[in-house]
Amino acid sequence: MADIVEMPKLGFDMAEGTLVKWVKAEKDPVQKGDVLAEIETDKATVEVESPYSGVVFKHLAEAGKVLPVGAPIAVIAAEGEEVDLSQIAKPSVSKETSGQPVETQPYQSKVEEVPAEEESGEGSQAMTTGGFVKASPLAKRMAEENKLDLTLIQGSGPDARIVKRDVEKALESGTPSKRKEIAKPKIVSGQDQVIEISKLRAAIGKRMLESRQTIPDFYVTYSYNTGSLMQMREDMNRDLPDDERLSVNDFIIRAVALALREFPNLNASLNGNQLTRFGDINIGSAVAVENGLLTVVVRNADQKPLPTISAEMRAMVARVKNGKVRNEDIEGSTFTISNLGMFGVEDFVAIINPPEAAILAVGGALQVPIIQNGQIIIGWQMNATLSADHRITDGAEAARFMQKLATFLEQPWRLVQ
Amino acid sequence: METSEYLDLYRQMVLIRRLEETAAELYQKGEIGGFLHLYIGQEAVSTGIIAARKPQDHIITAYRDHGVAINVGIPANIVIAELLGKATGCSKGKGGSMHMADTSKNFWGGHAIVGAHLPLATGLALSDHMQKNDAVTVCMFGEGATNIGFFHEALNMSKTWGLPVLWTCENNRYGMGTSPERASAVSDIIQKACGYGMPAYDVDGMDVLAVKQMVSERLEDIRNGNGPQFLEVCTYRFRGHSMGDPEKYRTKEEVQKFMENGPIDRFQKYLLENQIAEKGDLDQIENEAMEEVEAAVEFARESPEPDDAALYEHIYAEEYGG
Amino acid sequence: MAEITIREAISQALWEEMERDPKVFIMGQEVGVWGGTYAVTKGFLDHFGADRVRDTPIAEAAIVGAAIGAAMNGMRPVAELMTINFAFVAMDHIVNQAAKLHYMFGGQFTLPLVIRAPGGGGRQLGATHSQTPDAIFAHFPGLTVVAPGTPADAKGLLKTSIRSNNPVLFIENATVYQQRGDVPEGDHLTPIGKSKVQREGNDVTLVTYSKMLGYSLKAADQLENGDGISVEVVDLRTLRPLDMGPVIESFKKTNRAVIVEEGWRSYGVGSEIAARIQEDAFDYLDAPIKRVAQKEVPLPYNARLEQMALPQVDDIIHAVKEVVR
Repeated sequence: MADIVEMPKLGFDMAEGTLVKWVKAEKDPVQKGDVLAEIETDKATVEVESPYSGVVFKHLAEAGKVLPVGAPIAVIAAEGEEVDLSQIAKPSVSKETSGQPVETQPYQSKVEEVPAEEESGEGSQAMTTGGFVKASPLAKRMAEENKLDLTLIQGSGPDARIVKRDVEKALESGTPSKRKEIAKPKIVSGQDQVIEISKLRAAIGKRMLESRQTIPDFYVTYSYNTGSLMQMREDMNRDLPDDERLSVNDFIIRAVALALREFPNLNASLNGNQLTRFGDINIGSAVAVENGLLTVVVRNADQKPLPTISAEMRAMVARVKNGKVRNEDIEGSTFTISNLGMFGVEDFVAIINPPEAAILAVGGALQVPIIQNGQIIIGWQMNATLSADHRITDGAEAARFMQKLATFLEQPWRLVQ
Repeated sequence: METSEYLDLYRQMVLIRRLEETAAELYQKGEIGGFLHLYIGQEAVSTGIIAARKPQDHIITAYRDHGVAINVGIPANIVIAELLGKATGCSKGKGGSMHMADTSKNFWGGHAIVGAHLPLATGLALSDHMQKNDAVTVCMFGEGATNIGFFHEALNMSKTWGLPVLWTCENNRYGMGTSPERASAVSDIIQKACGYGMPAYDVDGMDVLAVKQMVSERLEDIRNGNGPQFLEVCTYRFRGHSMGDPEKYRTKEEVQKFMENGPIDRFQKYLLENQIAEKGDLDQIENEAMEEVEAAVEFARESPEPDDAALYEHIYAEEYGG
Repeated sequence: MAEITIREAISQALWEEMERDPKVFIMGQEVGVWGGTYAVTKGFLDHFGADRVRDTPIAEAAIVGAAIGAAMNGMRPVAELMTINFAFVAMDHIVNQAAKLHYMFGGQFTLPLVIRAPGGGGRQLGATHSQTPDAIFAHFPGLTVVAPGTPADAKGLLKTSIRSNNPVLFIENATVYQQRGDVPEGDHLTPIGKSKVQREGNDVTLVTYSKMLGYSLKAADQLENGDGISVEVVDLRTLRPLDMGPVIESFKKTNRAVIVEEGWRSYGVGSEIAARIQEDAFDYLDAPIKRVAQKEVPLPYNARLEQMALPQVDDIIHAVKEVVR
């Protein structure tokens, strides 16, 4: 028969009440209408009558507790009746309480796709190529519908606002130009790639760093008129099979080697205060490989004729490319040439290869107008830049070397003597 | 009066009492919202008045209107359905406790603004006067309403135009928490009628037969074309002004004193002493009333909520026609 | 077609409806013997009798309240409040009873009542006798609020209001009873809840009603002739229920609007119209919507100050020029 007494609603805006004190104790008999407890609302303390008769089986809340309207506060049972309290619901949030938990969605930032084309529609924002444009909603809509760029329209309304008549005028006169459909590329963020650099790259790096940090290098650039050289090469190659053709670089190697004969300072190495001028002129040529470069060396290039230089170079490059390079191929360089001409590079500056004294950076041979005998003719021009160690040499010597090199490059018959 | 008439008066009062007590429980459970003004203690007033009136006579009252609702014949389940805000309520769930009405029974509500229905009563009487209907308007209001401007305007106009209104003041001694002694220049309410040149009477509101008798006489008088009259009905409410009233303005002893001699007890005593009924009959009426109320609660709980569309219904009437 | 004044139009409407339906009657202060303080009901007492032309005490709450009670039970009263300024005394009965009784009692009875009340200022009657509080009453669902601006609409709307089964607040303007206009012969009815284009134009939409309709039409003429600005004038005629159809249609054509009312600007009729225009026709806006209204002051007694406070034709012209800039 057990009845549950709930926290009563004692006023139209009551949400909860305080059970100030129990008037009937547990085990007390109670008649319907007897005062059971005193309850305090925020307005007043009120005596609450029992709606049931019987015996107060249990107080479900202690004095002083604040409970929402509708929460069970007591059990009234018949005399001698046992009640299983586990069946009674816990005081729950009644429908009246103001504290309804609000379900909030976690904020999700949406990744917006930028459309390739703007859509025009009712109420769409007028796209501007940048910044805030003062225009009436009507003007914006008209511009949108006609694919006009509002930033290019002059406003004649108050505060230079763009209004309908301005858009109409723009439409009539055909200006401003229709907005280009700027196809916005779909930007995809890239992933960083982390790789270990190769041993070769690390080694090169170490040497280049050492070079930069220790050598006070300076640079001299010279422009060579290689018309004759190009012609001679063409003539010589006409009689050679394809796999024996001479490259421009072959000529440069010999030219540099011959020039170095007269500039031993540039074919040297400094160790402290001791300068070693090398006895041999071994020209190293930088060859690109995967993950780095190698310098293949033609020994005593000043003593070898062009075909020999060419053949050696060819063989060494092949070995480099096949991964079968020999030690003697890459050791012993006394002067290095770096040629980026095949990539169309006009000129550049190379880093000296320690312990060498200098390095020559060679650009491509290009057809340019030159003045010869007071006439403008088409000639071949090739730029080269010498990086030299200022502890060993100086500008004047370097310039004279470059000048000397010109006699060999511009009068190529000297290379075959 | 026939025995059956006596018993019917008893039945109505008991039904009102049980309904009001049940309403209080429903309110405390949170099933009734807003304000709830209980008629407990005043049952004899509305019962006597409605018993005296003719069907064509109008009745209009303030917000303590559940008694009148039962007396005019609105079934208990329709009253409780309205209290629960259901579509089956007499005002379709859109009026609530303070706005019960059934115009088919010439019960014009149920009004929440103190005194505002008094000019409406003048108007009802005016319409009868102009249409030459044989009807009197009984306008019920509390003694607190005698202090508001509408009271003055309505009574004055009714007397000036000689309209058929019985101005019926239910003096339950407290306007909310303020007694007439603290609120009225003239706390002897019956005297207020002098200012309007109206004949004024009073009657013991705890005596249902006395109320019925007095109201019958007044209505007869007014019906004969003698203009409006004033009736003070002295009564008492056993519960607070509305639910949640801490009742700081009166003592428990005072309430107790009135409860010991309440209208239902008195009438019961009368019926038994005059051998109009036996205890068994009265107990049976009690039980039937309780059953009726319990069934009404069930009906109301099972009744449907108004449709969402009901929100927009009855803002305007059908424009034309009728 | 006959050319008559607004006063005559209202008077005719009342007379015709009282002849037509014996349930219609008038109650208010001085409507009988005096003939109405604005002479609207002159001759009514002699013709219809004291039962149907009732002089009341000075008791606005009872006037409106009793009218409501009578309407509840079979009559069709036309209650008159001497001015709308006195409506505040009957505020409870207008907005709490008349507007809501049909709803609160689940539609058990109708209230076929009309409350006539003239408003407006400009006669040096002082602040409490010169107000235009139309917006306040238009705020309440359940109430019908109409305010005609021409004799034809005054007659047609009053007849329709009297025949309506809903409570209607019929707002007149105390200073334009002598305004003349054409009124069709016969049983002329104007529908409640329908705005009307009173003058066509292309450049700006003027939205207005009541006395300000006349001012707006005058301003429109001057703007056309003087500045070549073509103004369209939309007359609301009914404030609740509000008919925005013709207003929006006009606005979509002109893209500019000025709302003209005699009440104050803040929280006024113009606020509602402007809000609805930008809600329903945002993409057609070519300029901000302007409101011409009374200055935010209680209306003073001094004649010059009073005219400064009230909206004038020049204010309308100025506002129109502002929006076409």
